[in-house]
Amino acid sequence: MSPMVTARGVSKCFGALKVLDGIDFTLARGEVACLVGRSGSGKSTFLRCINHLEEINEGEIHVDGSLVGYRRDGNTLYPLSERETARQRLGIGMVFQRFNLFAHMTALQNIIEAPVHVLGIRREAAVEEARQLMARVGLSDKLDAYPRQLSGGQQQRVAIARALAMKPKLMLFDEPTSALDPELVGEVLEVMRGLAESGMTMLIVTHEMSFAREVADTVAFMDQGRIVEHAAAAEFFGNPKEDRTKAFLSRILKSADKERDAA
Amino acid sequence: MTSETLPIRQHPSEMTGAQASSGDKVTIAPRRHPWRWVGGALIAFILFRIASSMVSNENFGWDIVAEYLFSPVVLSGLGLTIWLTVVAMTLGIVLGLVLAVMALSTNPMARYPANVYLWLFRGTPVLVQLIFWYNLAALYPAIQLGLPFGQVLAEYSTNALITPYTAALLGLSLNEAAYMAEITRAGISSIDRGQEEAAKSLGMVRLLTLRRIILPQALRVIIPPTGNQVIGMLKMTSLVSVISLYDLLYSVQGVSARTFQVIPMLIVACVWYLFMTSVLSLGQKYIERVCSKDAY
Repeated sequence: MSPMVTARGVSKCFGALKVLDGIDFTLARGEVACLVGRSGSGKSTFLRCINHLEEINEGEIHVDGSLVGYRRDGNTLYPLSERETARQRLGIGMVFQRFNLFAHMTALQNIIEAPVHVLGIRREAAVEEARQLMARVGLSDKLDAYPRQLSGGQQQRVAIARALAMKPKLMLFDEPTSALDPELVGEVLEVMRGLAESGMTMLIVTHEMSFAREVADTVAFMDQGRIVEHAAAAEFFGNPKEDRTKAFLSRILKSADKERDAA
Repeated sequence: MTSETLPIRQHPSEMTGAQASSGDKVTIAPRRHPWRWVGGALIAFILFRIASSMVSNENFGWDIVAEYLFSPVVLSGLGLTIWLTVVAMTLGIVLGLVLAVMALSTNPMARYPANVYLWLFRGTPVLVQLIFWYNLAALYPAIQLGLPFGQVLAEYSTNALITPYTAALLGLSLNEAAYMAEITRAGISSIDRGQEEAAKSLGMVRLLTLRRIILPQALRVIIPPTGNQVIGMLKMTSLVSVISLYDLLYSVQGVSARTFQVIPMLIVACVWYLFMTSVLSLGQKYIERVCSKDAY
């Protein structure tokens, strides 16, 4: 089976700053990969390049066999129109750090919005599907709640349901729990664990190391726009090869120990 | 003040400067504003003097004011003023929305014309624009509809097309559209970018996002200043008196030209403008309350 995501030689600059520097990355179908690293290492930027929320300056990204954002003709890449890019995004779901729920709509309306207005699905069918998704994320009683009436963890779970309503083949998570109070993190990670176990292909930018260790198939460590190490989760945590990876992990584990001792 | 350390659990209301007998309750005196009373009395006195001078001064012509306040000529002028306000604001809001979307577009073919329009129509006085439209026949004696470089399908004399009424509507609405465009643009830009990113990630194109996600939320920001614009437009319609359109102002001027009672007729107009503005302001207050309630 061909990989779900292949990135080759991906580079991106913000002005003079090179944020991504020759990234090569592969994500197999059904694989759950976590992207870790310090702030500014380029992890979120790379994630956003995969569904063309950010444009790359060099290289190619393929999702499910299609070149992202461009059409290839010989040796030239022609940018896709807005409509074509939007169509590419239909197969990719994204969950944001700040949830980004549509504030003027209820949870139910958030979830059915894209299926009805983009895919043209009948409202009754979309509502039924939304009910099932809300049950799946454990929020059956919050269908008519507005985002401002929900806790952060609840909002994020609605956001996951909203992305799942489009039946994506790939789910991208951009630090999904970083904006949550610690006691709300668990409920979101539970939903993500369930999603992983159901076989969804997931790429998760996260700081939650224990989650990565338990749920991820592979973990990639990014530093200064490059992928320093990419290995199976057990290998990554148990036997890191690169010095920078070892330094990063020891710092993370030290702060995790401090947190545990303080609790 | 004693030099004892205060006991830890003492309630603040039980602490006094000198610990006399325990159990003394201390009350807090309300703040007093003696000078406010003085100032208020002074202002009331001044207002009373102004009002009594206005009432007793014959030159105000209060009897004439009373005579013409509800007269047919004044009421019909008022009707036209209200009508112009409604139509010009409606056209201005709709065109303003189009211009705002164009000005925010990534397409330079939309952005540049929009910005030139805004520059032109906000950069010249409304009065001048009104006079220009009124005199359009001087620039273009005839307006032709036809194919480019081809056959002329219809031709109209500009003088026949442009009446004071159409010139007034053109001038007022095209000018208002420029100001509404800025208000609408500010409203749209005020919405968090995350909303647009979420919509994009769900496969929504820009126009759909604007219509379903951004604009509904932007309305909360756009409506209060729009209410303000309506109140402004009510007064701005008085400019059409310059192109001989029988709005409220021109109507009272018509009466005063006949009767030579200038001040009383102006007071008639002012009373109506004040009344209409007050009604609109009440509506504005209500709208602002609705718009800020349940802020997202």
